[in-house]
Amino acid sequence: MATGELNPSHYPAQRAANVVKHYLNTRYGSPYRWVGLHKVHSANAEEVAESGRKYHLEISVQEMTGNTTEKCSAEVLFPALENQRSPQVQASCEALLTANTTAQEEALYQQYRRNHTLLSGHNLPDSYGHIDPDMKPLWHLGGVASSFVMLKESTENTLYNMAQVANVTQLETENDQLRFNYHVLLHDMVSQEIIHWKLLVTWSPAEGVKVLQMEELPKCEHCEVPPKPN
Amino acid sequence: MCKLLLYSFTIYLHSLAERLESKRNYNYTKYHPMEEIYKWMEDVERGNPELVSSSVYGLTFEERNITLLKLGLENPEGREKKAIWMDCGIHAREWIAPAFCQWFVKEILQSYKTNEKLTEMLQNLDMYVTPVVNVDGYMFTWTNESNRLWRKSRSLPPSDCGCRGVDLNRNFNANWGTVGVSYNCCDNTYCGTSPVSEPEAKAVTDFVGSRLNQILCFLTIHSSGQLILLPYGHPEISAPNYDELVAVGKEAAAEMKKVHGMDYTVGTSPQVLYKNSGSSRDWARLVGIPFSYTFELRDKGEFGHLLPEDQIQPACEEAYAGALSIITFVHDKAFNNVTTVPNAAVTTVTGITTVTGVAITIWSTIMAFSLTTGVLM
Repeated sequence: MATGELNPSHYPAQRAANVVKHYLNTRYGSPYRWVGLHKVHSANAEEVAESGRKYHLEISVQEMTGNTTEKCSAEVLFPALENQRSPQVQASCEALLTANTTAQEEALYQQYRRNHTLLSGHNLPDSYGHIDPDMKPLWHLGGVASSFVMLKESTENTLYNMAQVANVTQLETENDQLRFNYHVLLHDMVSQEIIHWKLLVTWSPAEGVKVLQMEELPKCEHCEVPPKPN
Repeated sequence: MCKLLLYSFTIYLHSLAERLESKRNYNYTKYHPMEEIYKWMEDVERGNPELVSSSVYGLTFEERNITLLKLGLENPEGREKKAIWMDCGIHAREWIAPAFCQWFVKEILQSYKTNEKLTEMLQNLDMYVTPVVNVDGYMFTWTNESNRLWRKSRSLPPSDCGCRGVDLNRNFNANWGTVGVSYNCCDNTYCGTSPVSEPEAKAVTDFVGSRLNQILCFLTIHSSGQLILLPYGHPEISAPNYDELVAVGKEAAAEMKKVHGMDYTVGTSPQVLYKNSGSSRDWARLVGIPFSYTFELRDKGEFGHLLPEDQIQPACEEAYAGALSIITFVHDKAFNNVTTVPNAAVTTVTGITTVTGVAITIWSTIMAFSLTTGVLM
């Protein structure tokens, strides 16, 4: 694989930057803050003996919920095969995602807590790319929660995005955390596969998004989840 | 007798009105199921006989028509015409691609009469446009929401495997089965049992293959990712006209960006996306069509293949600008004795406005050179 200065528009830099995007979502994401990759400005890769391959990246990210972009510096270490599988990321952004979402988040949180009937939704977006405005925060939350999985599953040979929230059901609030069961469809650009995951997700403005349980579902009813490739 | 005649005439008028209505009212900013696309093709042909003819050039696995529209005008000097090829919907779930093929046809129809350059091009070359290649797959994505993300064809599996469908864009005879494919029939990049084993790939291969001397460029439309891909999908094989392919591709991307500010990255698949083999784009280049590109339309991952209908228009407007840029280049190269590759410092000689009001620069620096009065190619 390429080392040294990388072409920022070529796939190695783009895949590494995509991992940074997932990392930022796990740290800062919310129903009103869903981070997307805007551009890779520069990238560098090096072999780190006995650890794996490390990328240094200068990127811009944008909030899909707004129009602002932010610059970030990041490092992504893809572990050598013998080690644990998930990439390790460090990132600092110049003024991360300063759009003040506190008021909206608080309002949404209170609204969902007060609901007498638990919320649910499916096919976000639907076949026509449509999402009801009321459902958008749950779609964003699904995207952020999916980033936990996509961060964990990413390698130099994958490029993950969430394709769709197949289903979301609100559960009873516990310990002041809103709770949801999500069934999400993830798309890996490299294999072109759609992978189904079930997630147990909690959120509050104070605690942020957490994924308590994640389970990959097999492709078809009688199938097994395939073993991870080496 | 008179009453019968009157009655028949009324029926005729009514059906004529319906056909005119349906053509006039066809909504190009919505996704259409296959039955509506078939009907639209009939309407377009019937309503524009001087420009449009249709041709069924193959049958899908489930024996449905694979249909193209041929757009072209008579050459006033009776000269032999060249052609360009555009196909959409090789991958079933990429709904914006068939939407774009329909949009493209509509744009040509609505603007050629008042657009001298377009008229000239249509007199010199035919445009073969296939709105949906993978009809079976496309129809499957409409059957219910859980099938929306199907990608492949719908052929039955080989005896030793249990899943339907072949990735048609891995099935063409171009380094088939070498890189970026799966041999597992359940996978989404399954390349099939042999090169061109699939009737859809065979149909394209036979039609285009019998017109190689005519066809100047081959455009295959997909989503998503906002990319313009040049041959080849194999990392160690380069097209002999790589530099020119890049330059023309970058010019197209520049034109696309002017429309709505969207970035389209230009490069080979192994550079900007992933290795692959057996793609239609690679096959077209390999058999000698000099300009062959895959367009990956919007977006970059937010909606992916589920692109909202309110983005159909902007996505198609920018794609039209890109496609027209390439078509115009290959046309001028073939018909005006000009061979210089466009460069970054483009001089606008003529601007041409489309019906959407967007000024598209079609002529480039190459026109600044004196045209010879020699024999046309």
